[in-house]
Amino acid sequence: MASCEPATISRLRLRVTGAVQGVGFRPFVHGLAHRYALGGFVRNDARGVLMEIEGEAVEDFVAALGREPPPLARIDSLTCETIAPISEAEFRIEESRDGRTQTRITPDAAVCEDCLDDLFDPSSRFYLYPFVNCTHCGPRYTLTKHLPYDRAQTSMARFPMCGACARDYADLADRRFHAQPIACPDCGPRLKRLSASLKARGPSPGLDREPSASLIADIVATIRDGGIVALKGVGGYHLLCDARNESTVAELRRRKQRDAKPFAVMVANEASARCIGDFDAESLRLLRSTARPITVVECREPLAPSVAPRLSRIGVMLPYAPLHHLLFHAAAGAPAGREWREAPQDFIIVATSANVSGEPLIIDDEEAREKLAPIADLVIGHDRAIVARADDSVATVIAGAPALLRRARGFIPEPIALKGDGPDVLALSAHLKTTITVTRGREAFVSTHIGALDNRATLDFHRETIARMLDILDVRPELIACDLHPDLASTRFAEEWGLPLLRVQHHAAHVAAIAAEHGVEGAILGAALDGYGYGDDGGAWGGELMLVEHGEWRRLGHLTPLPLPGGDRAAREPWRMGVAVLAQLDRCGEAFDRFPQFALAGQVAMLASSPLVAHTTSLGRIFDAAAALLGLRHVQEYEGQAAMELEGLCRTPSALPDGFRIKDEALDLAPLFAALLEPGLDATRGSELFHGTLIEALAIWLGDAALARGHERVALGGGCLMNKFLAEGLEQRLRARGLTPLLARKIPANDGGLSLGQAFVARERKA
Amino acid sequence: LSHGSGGRAMARLIADVFHAAFDNDWLRAGNDQAAFDIAAGRMVMTTDGYVVSPLFFPGGDIGKLSVHGTINDIAMAGARPLHMSASFIIEEGFPLADLCRIAQSMGEASRAAGVPIITGDTKVVERGKADGVFVSTACVGVAPAGLELSGDKARPGDTILLSGSIGDHGVAVMSKRENLSFETEVLSDTAALHELVAVMVEAAGPAIRLMRDPTRGGLAATLNEIAHQSKVGAHVEESAIPVAPQVAAACELLGLDPLFVANEGKLVAVVAAEAADSLLAVMRAHPLGRGSARIGEIVADEHGFVQMTTRFGGGRIVDWLSGEQLPRIC
Ligand SMILES: [Fe+3]
Ligand SMILES: [Mg+2]
Ligand SMILES: [Zn+2]
Ligand SMILES: [Zn+2]
Repeated sequence: MASCEPATISRLRLRVTGAVQGVGFRPFVHGLAHRYALGGFVRNDARGVLMEIEGEAVEDFVAALGREPPPLARIDSLTCETIAPISEAEFRIEESRDGRTQTRITPDAAVCEDCLDDLFDPSSRFYLYPFVNCTHCGPRYTLTKHLPYDRAQTSMARFPMCGACARDYADLADRRFHAQPIACPDCGPRLKRLSASLKARGPSPGLDREPSASLIADIVATIRDGGIVALKGVGGYHLLCDARNESTVAELRRRKQRDAKPFAVMVANEASARCIGDFDAESLRLLRSTARPITVVECREPLAPSVAPRLSRIGVMLPYAPLHHLLFHAAAGAPAGREWREAPQDFIIVATSANVSGEPLIIDDEEAREKLAPIADLVIGHDRAIVARADDSVATVIAGAPALLRRARGFIPEPIALKGDGPDVLALSAHLKTTITVTRGREAFVSTHIGALDNRATLDFHRETIARMLDILDVRPELIACDLHPDLASTRFAEEWGLPLLRVQHHAAHVAAIAAEHGVEGAILGAALDGYGYGDDGGAWGGELMLVEHGEWRRLGHLTPLPLPGGDRAAREPWRMGVAVLAQLDRCGEAFDRFPQFALAGQVAMLASSPLVAHTTSLGRIFDAAAALLGLRHVQEYEGQAAMELEGLCRTPSALPDGFRIKDEALDLAPLFAALLEPGLDATRGSELFHGTLIEALAIWLGDAALARGHERVALGGGCLMNKFLAEGLEQRLRARGLTPLLARKIPANDGGLSLGQAFVARERKA
Repeated sequence: LSHGSGGRAMARLIADVFHAAFDNDWLRAGNDQAAFDIAAGRMVMTTDGYVVSPLFFPGGDIGKLSVHGTINDIAMAGARPLHMSASFIIEEGFPLADLCRIAQSMGEASRAAGVPIITGDTKVVERGKADGVFVSTACVGVAPAGLELSGDKARPGDTILLSGSIGDHGVAVMSKRENLSFETEVLSDTAALHELVAVMVEAAGPAIRLMRDPTRGGLAATLNEIAHQSKVGAHVEESAIPVAPQVAAACELLGLDPLFVANEGKLVAVVAAEAADSLLAVMRAHPLGRGSARIGEIVADEHGFVQMTTRFGGGRIVDWLSGEQLPRIC
């Protein structure tokens, strides 16, 4: 932030950029001007906020501006110039001026404490109103169609304000001054029942006029009775059920056709969260942040086993919409006062994205009615349309600081600041966990989590997201970036654009993503510890030592290739990777004994020994092999399951001496695998040996390479870094060697960050 | 076989091999071209090159393939194939016995199909300049007047028929190449489809919009080509697409999706919905169409997506591939 010269004259022109519109910035400035008895004006324009102040205490004003901005504001830059005074004593808020949109929408924020006070204050006109919000809280991104951010451009356009709301909206002194989604029971959106409750008691009143209190009571009763509820939230529909009721959770899995992927839970408050999970100060801060991510912590008290089968960690979130708070209020017996808001509650609900298996989150009421009716016993929507879909974000604490595992609601569309200018780039990701990235000037906007591009609905969402991002950012890309893989839908789409196209190797993009978020300039050395990416040679890469510089990349080293018997089939069936390791160790004869349940074991062993079989340098597949050989998981029900279950067994990683070999910057873990095959080794010990040895091996492999080439910073990217032991262990060991490891923080280490990395490489290449 | 000096004698020897195998009046006449009268109707012509490794595989070889494949390209226009040509690029050192075997196989295939190979050429190139032998064939045929099958004629609502199980050819070749054995050997489905086509054309005529043989890239590539050419989408049901159990087992082992595996004796027909039932019955009555099935329909789709409802009820995009099936799961 620029600082000001001591004011020898008394009029300043200040320009602020960042998230400064629609967050109460102008009333805040007005209040400050009043405090310091200054004249002048403030107005929004295409670049942010422009103001002129005149008086004696202009310096105090500038200091306070940076010190105490409104909760949702984020100042990226403040510039200041002195101009001639014009003897202005009054301070005015001026109307916005249009122009190319250089400003942005702020992310959705959890309901603030003041609004919660209103929500539970019987004398407030917002009492028990599920859509209460103010300038400091509430939905933004998810209900905005176009910029500038203005009620007419949001899905609130169809709700004309009542007299009281209009007064608050226009009142500079009110917390709701210019709160675009302002609404109250008299004028705003209301809940509506989209399907009859199976357990409905008595006749329901007219569907559209049903009071929200009775709907909320019905939701809570349905959950308590073991039913499943589909409820429209901020970024999409959730499926809710009682997280302590095993048969209900198992039923939800059955109806959702979701075998084992962990469900997140929502709890009333911090005290309730601490009852079920091990929260330290940092993870509590994350849990409470206005983005309200699902926060992954060690599980303390087990919930129903089907919530997160065979995993030691659990994803917990706090209520973020007023509607969620109303559920917990009702569940607590609708108490008066505020004591209940802090007290632990045993009403703990599974809150998972409502979608048809593999498809994007459902946001549309009609679609919910049709597609969720077979899953949910009760479907409750509301008439405030969700314009842009946003899943719940997922985060955890790694090495003492937050790291996002899925970046969506609450974080998007907040940009990542880049070093230096570059062309406007559109990057389209690869195949799984896709996001898109649009760069504009020195900012990179990473989209919400989109998903796997293998069905029509997700492909449509991918295209919609591109169109929406380019529209709200007012960007016409000069350059498209995509993966090097020739047969991905994202690659095909990139080819259709008719713009210069840069195909970025998957693991170069993983390393570049880390460089981008940490503002690295110049060369970056890193490890991409990953599942699969199409290599420069067409091979199946996934454990790579990469040097990325000036938009070029070079593979310096890799893991020793292992057979990949059956391509993607081997990724779904870790036992095949177990056989691949046996083949590598020349112990194919054991395939039958170790995997007797698989009729194909002998043939897979033959295939794995064939000189023609494809090989992979993937670390992800090595995790799979270890999980299979330790008897933990032979077939995965969801991506990463084997690795997560292997991680779940580990308490203290311990390194096996001589558990690996490094030759010509190729890392070979064969000795470790030989040890894992020792008879009588139990799975827990095996997991600890695996993690410990892997950390040691990677730290030496990567550390030696960095030290030998004089790199002080090393990037750690790729999906394997979702593993906490690996990420923290490597971080510590590399630090101990005098290096500065860079981990994914603001964007996920997995493919969710690829588009950022692609965009980064493309900009550097073009620059 | 040798190249260079002594090449003349060798060329003579090779020509004799083919003449004996293909034996017909045109070849016996010994001219550099063959002459024949033009039949009434629309002339159809095609040419194709054949490169396959291994050259001999369960159920066929490169020779048979080069006859069937080119005949099928003619047949997919609804035409009757008449005459073929064949030319060979042979690598120096290629065993004469193998060449004789290929020639015999081609001769048999062309006689069985009733499509004589009436002209041809051979060249021997230096070692390393070819992989064993490459075969090129061309064919002319004649289509009934008024029948104009074309890839751009699919319309939303049309039915997609498939003449039998998919994946057999590709799996036969791959299992030979990778030296894999299965309980039941998978044989290539290589076959000339013009007689099946003849009964189909007779039964349904212009109700047939187009036909394609799903060779390289498999059924997936063919459906995508149709969608692209006709500017429509396609919707297929995975459970309706026949796959032989031993092919399914091999695909499971190799991690392949049979949708992308090559066929050499199957056809896809897009047909007006109202003619689909009767055409299907006609196809099933023919020996080469016994396993015919209705696999889906053409839909309107501005993006030209081919979508599939999976066995588990989910939806999936079926893309085309630029080459072999690569992993995607990161
Ligand atoms: Fe990846
Ligand atoms: Mg052809
Ligand atoms: Zn608020
Ligand atoms: Zn109101």
